[in-house]
Amino acid sequence: MSLRILLADDEKEFVDTLAERLSLRGFAPYVVYDGISALQAATPEKPDVVVLDLFMPGLSGDEVLRRLKVLYPDLPVILLTGHEAVDDNGTNPVAQAFACLTKPLSFNVFLETLQAAVREGKECSATGGKS
Amino acid sequence: MELNRTSGLDGGADLGGHMFATIKNYFAHLLEVPEAVSPARYRSLRRLMTVLMVAVSVTPLLLLSVISHVQYMRTLERELESPVYALARKSQAALELYLGERVSTVSFLAHAYTFKDLLDERTLNRVFLALKSEYQGFVDMGLVDADGQQVGYVGPYKLKGVDYAGKPWLRDTEIKGRYLSNAILGYRGYPHLVVAVHRLEENGVSWTLRVATDTLRIQQVVSTVGPEHDTDVFLVDTEGVLQTDSNLFGKALEKLPMDLPPASHETVVRRITDPKGRQLMVASCTLAGTDFMLLAVKPTEDAIRPWLALRTELLLVLCGGIALIFMVSNLLMQQLINRLQASDERRVAVFAQMEHNQKLSSIGRLAAGVAHEVNNPLAVIYEKAGLAQDLLSMGKVCGDGKDKERLCALLEGIESTVERARGITHRLLGFARRMEANRQALHIEEVISETLGFLEREAKNRGVKLEAELPPNLPEIVSDRGQLQQVFLNIVGNALDALAGGEGSTQTPQGEERFVKIRCQSQNGQMLVSVQDNGKGMSPEVLRHIFEPFYSTKKDKGTGLGMFITYGIVRKLGGEIHVQSEEGRGSTISITLPLTPPDVAVEV
Repeated sequence: MSLRILLADDEKEFVDTLAERLSLRGFAPYVVYDGISALQAATPEKPDVVVLDLFMPGLSGDEVLRRLKVLYPDLPVILLTGHEAVDDNGTNPVAQAFACLTKPLSFNVFLETLQAAVREGKECSATGGKS
Repeated sequence: MELNRTSGLDGGADLGGHMFATIKNYFAHLLEVPEAVSPARYRSLRRLMTVLMVAVSVTPLLLLSVISHVQYMRTLERELESPVYALARKSQAALELYLGERVSTVSFLAHAYTFKDLLDERTLNRVFLALKSEYQGFVDMGLVDADGQQVGYVGPYKLKGVDYAGKPWLRDTEIKGRYLSNAILGYRGYPHLVVAVHRLEENGVSWTLRVATDTLRIQQVVSTVGPEHDTDVFLVDTEGVLQTDSNLFGKALEKLPMDLPPASHETVVRRITDPKGRQLMVASCTLAGTDFMLLAVKPTEDAIRPWLALRTELLLVLCGGIALIFMVSNLLMQQLINRLQASDERRVAVFAQMEHNQKLSSIGRLAAGVAHEVNNPLAVIYEKAGLAQDLLSMGKVCGDGKDKERLCALLEGIESTVERARGITHRLLGFARRMEANRQALHIEEVISETLGFLEREAKNRGVKLEAELPPNLPEIVSDRGQLQQVFLNIVGNALDALAGGEGSTQTPQGEERFVKIRCQSQNGQMLVSVQDNGKGMSPEVLRHIFEPFYSTKKDKGTGLGMFITYGIVRKLGGEIHVQSEEGRGSTISITLPLTPPDVAVEV
């Protein structure tokens, strides 16, 4: 499966390890460490799924999310966060994201979410439906 | 001298200024807004205020009373005095006139006739009869020669030939020329006055004409004016012997039973108490040309009586008024100061609560920050351990099977520890997040379980069993999660503290297992939560003060605000909180909360 997975997180150790674990399972994630790079990486070709840390220096996660959604309205985005503050406020980032996971991640949950996101993304593009 | 005086004045002004400043400071100190609220302060404030108010009300009242009393008495005195005074003067004038006339008449006779003329009995008779017909009151006439023999006499008594030689009156007459005696009984039997005039003729014959006059006329003059004013008018001589009849003191020739006032021709009015204790108004004056003193006496009792009655009534009213002022001032001040005290206390408590809330929210923010910070490194640890496990399980690492197993176990250990740490930070974040007030429909059992989760470790350390009796189908309650959590934390925390002492033992002195039990129940649209412990309990004294701010039974720790804030939160959520306790047996705290709070709109 040649899924285009984009991982964006400023915590280098964390995201590198995550990427390695994914590649052990046969994925080929593309890793960036800040928001601008994430947008740059996503622009030429649409990724299948983006995993985004909410709090990054420079361009913050929710801003990146917003722009990604402008670019690709039905791109599934999984948000990562170190705290739960956003999860029941109903603020926009969460509403636009596919899922919101808290760190530290349970890897199995992460994998499942990833696969579900990809499936949904494919369905969306097929039907040309929701945001 | 002058220097001293000015410096004295300055000193005085300084002293006055200093005193004023002290007083002002004292008041300012008492009236300023206090930081601490102590009952003693309010007691003294109340006392001071009451005293001030009473003083300010009563002093003018008293002053007025005293002034009116004094003025009224003065007016009354004048009212009583003037008629008596006028009467005395009138009588004085009348009597002086009368007595003067008596003496002049005799003097005229003595100068109109010679000794030889009057020696003739017929002339004497004629003169006497003429005298008597013209002037009422002359009783007899006698001619006394130089040796004191009464050589001629005309009158109703047999007095011819009486020897007056050496008698004091004769001597007085011969010396002074004229003589008016005091009232005497003499040879007659009723009061008479004797008028005597001495004549020394050019031929050297010395003789005295002696005429007696009765006192009826005098009595008449004296008696007619008096009665219409209830005044007793009478004459006394220098010895205090009555010359005329007195209504109050007896008949003529009796002694006045009291001391004479000082003699003066000018009429003087005095208040005197007679030996019988009667209050008298006495006007006195001497009669010119005589030894007599005129007294006009009016008992003041009757005149005073209405005033006394009025005075008693006024006094009663005054006392009643003062008592009323006192009571009302006291009552008012009590109410006022109580209100003030309550207000101050509430203000202090509100500030404390605000401060507490502030503290809590900053703690919340801090906790959130810390948790977030910690989560990131935790995530790294977790992923790396996961990766290591992946490498092991996918056979990317060579080595002994047993070593691999061991490594695997270690990595699992790391993972599970991280999971534990995650649980802690999640809980911490959850708690911190809910600092913001926020009403929503929630399951109270969740809140209770969460709270108990926080305190589990502590309870285990203290050997206390944490139990929860949460029936399964509890209805939802609209309330504030964060505040409920605060409340339960506080109460269960207190219960744990009550069970403190004897760390390590799991039994109370009674040998029971130490526990804290939370029960939850729904009833009539209310949610009932009770927290029971079998700790050391509370005395009735403690129970009375338990919801007061700054009241704590924990010596060092605790702000004394826990229960106060809990009470506030429960009340604001529309509920009630009750405490039951028995010393040595344990306590039960019961909270009732409405399923929907009464007034505040629900935010979802």
